[in-house]
Amino acid sequence: MAFLEIDGLKKRFGNVEILKGINVELEKGGFLVLVGPSGCGKSTLLNTIAGLENITEGEIRVEGRAINDLHPSKRDIAMVFQSYALYPNMTVAGNIAFGMEMRGVPAAERQAAIDKVAKILQIGHLLNRKPSQLSGGQRQRVAMGRALVRDPKLFLFDEPLSNLDAKLRVDMRIEIKRLHATTGTTIVYVTHDQIEAMTLATKIAVMRDGEVQQFGTPAEIYNNPTNIFVADFMGSPAMNLIPAKIDGNSGALSVVLDREARQPIVLPMPGAPAGLAAFKDKPVIFGVRPEALTDPEGAERNGSSIATADCHIEVVEPAGSDTFAVTNLGGKGVVARLRADAKIQPGTSTPLAFNLSKAVFFDPATEKRIL
Amino acid sequence: MSTVASPARPASSGMSARTLNRIVIYGLLALFAIFYLMPLFVMLVTSFKTMDEIQNGNMLALPQSPTIEPWFKAWGETCVGLTCAGIKGYFWNSIKMVVPAVLISTLLGALNGYVLTKWRFRGHTLVFAMMLFACFIPFQSVLLPMATILGSIGRFGVTLQNATGFNFGLGNSTVNLVFVHVVYGLGFTTLFFRNYYEAFPTELIKAAQVDGASFFQIFRRIMLPNSMPIFVVTVIYQFTNIWNDFLFASAYAGTGDVMPMTVALNNVVNTSTGVVEYNVNMAAAMIAALPTLIVYVVAGRYFVRGLMAGAVKG
Repeated sequence: MAFLEIDGLKKRFGNVEILKGINVELEKGGFLVLVGPSGCGKSTLLNTIAGLENITEGEIRVEGRAINDLHPSKRDIAMVFQSYALYPNMTVAGNIAFGMEMRGVPAAERQAAIDKVAKILQIGHLLNRKPSQLSGGQRQRVAMGRALVRDPKLFLFDEPLSNLDAKLRVDMRIEIKRLHATTGTTIVYVTHDQIEAMTLATKIAVMRDGEVQQFGTPAEIYNNPTNIFVADFMGSPAMNLIPAKIDGNSGALSVVLDREARQPIVLPMPGAPAGLAAFKDKPVIFGVRPEALTDPEGAERNGSSIATADCHIEVVEPAGSDTFAVTNLGGKGVVARLRADAKIQPGTSTPLAFNLSKAVFFDPATEKRIL
Repeated sequence: MSTVASPARPASSGMSARTLNRIVIYGLLALFAIFYLMPLFVMLVTSFKTMDEIQNGNMLALPQSPTIEPWFKAWGETCVGLTCAGIKGYFWNSIKMVVPAVLISTLLGALNGYVLTKWRFRGHTLVFAMMLFACFIPFQSVLLPMATILGSIGRFGVTLQNATGFNFGLGNSTVNLVFVHVVYGLGFTTLFFRNYYEAFPTELIKAAQVDGASFFQIFRRIMLPNSMPIFVVTVIYQFTNIWNDFLFASAYAGTGDVMPMTVALNNVVNTSTGVVEYNVNMAAAMIAALPTLIVYVVAGRYFVRGLMAGAVKG
């Protein structure tokens, strides 16, 4: 039995179905990230776990006990909001202690809990300030302190880092990860940032239009996306999704990538998925991540199937740590990720190595993965 | 600015046109201000003059031998109708009516605003539209129905008195006026608070709910402490309106010891015995106007700020 189970959860506003049957579970001490574009229902799902929104159908269980009819305060959860939602009229200490005060915890005990949390988050010197006197990062810490102090069964984070600047966001991301590692709490975290999802999660649920598109570990989501949406959404730069054709005339299957005014690239696919045979002479979407399309020197040495092909480079983007090269395959711009010091010039042809063991195929009609 | 934009044009002509504009604008403004403040000035100087000076002197002249005697007379000795004990009793009548009426209507308005924005129910827009409609009811049209209702409440008070020996203030004129002003103020106070709370971040309410605060705890600990600007606006608005009200006061408490200040002032001026003591009348009027002035001075800087707060908050 999992620690948190969400079972057939549906949520309707009038005739509009916001959540269309969500099934997700999380082990104790796990870190579940709900990720998806805006409007996908991820925040609504979090609010239903918190009890701030009612559900229409289904069940939410924590340690096997249904909590979906309980008042938010009775669910033993704590929540960090996107805007931090610090009470502007109270000091930092008052904010952190408010929940305990509402539960009638004696003052001495409250003070001890505040001190403990202040030490963990290093906000001891801020305790007597008002939220308006704090910087964004400090407010973020206080908001986390308010959640931590309660020592709840479940932490809910609603896009907690989206109001911070880029550098602070990375710092706080690491801090949240460290906090999770040291306290061993169970966390449900909503974000639209797939890097946050990949770095923080033990389990990711990729959502779109009120449905979970794929649920699994970050590695599963990244390496084995179940459909085009997940493949495209996760990863930065995004996976290259190239319209291609399967050719099986010479016995073994191969992938044909058309090119403008050039010979098509033909990549032999000895280890092709079984389902691909049914797509002989038919169009497919060939998915390859930028890091699986690289210069031959930088290609994975022990990769089982590396195929090299000359490609015409249109744009070169040196990003410092890597150099990205854009070529055109199947009528689309395709990004290759090369070593930072790769000698490459735009407007020339360069051999690129396709790591075909990392390649995936999608059915263009259903957008599903071909297995 | 014109000189910067077009250096070729001589600076002096631009300057003189602008100066002329300024003279016209400020001249007109000054004229309006004088026109508007003239009655206040006359009142103020007259209230410090002796009767001789008023009868023989210029109305606009400053007092030759300033005296505060008229103020004391207005406060403690002047005749209101047939009793000659000054206006002090009526002043306290007004205070006793205004303070509870303002506080109750403001708090209820805050509570209404809180429910209409943060605890929405089916048909909340209809309820709000109807509350808003209350702002546009001409008060003359409710005089008679309200008199009937107050009569019923009074009879109920008598019944209570007979049954329990205590009437809970029902039927008392001051209580009646408080009731009337609370009912008719509620439309405005609800409007003020609803619009303010509309922009109030809902995540704070959610956070408080997760923290385990109840409906009223959220209201008292989160909403009210963060409503200072709109609270001040509403208090000023309600205080001014209720203190200055003459219609309800004269209709429901128009005679005897229970008169509020506005009615008493009218009776002071209308008393037809002997000479008309203009200085005392003016002093009485000033005393009657003083509390609203004080409220403006003390809380006025919040007034503008509060009116702006809901409008510009992103």
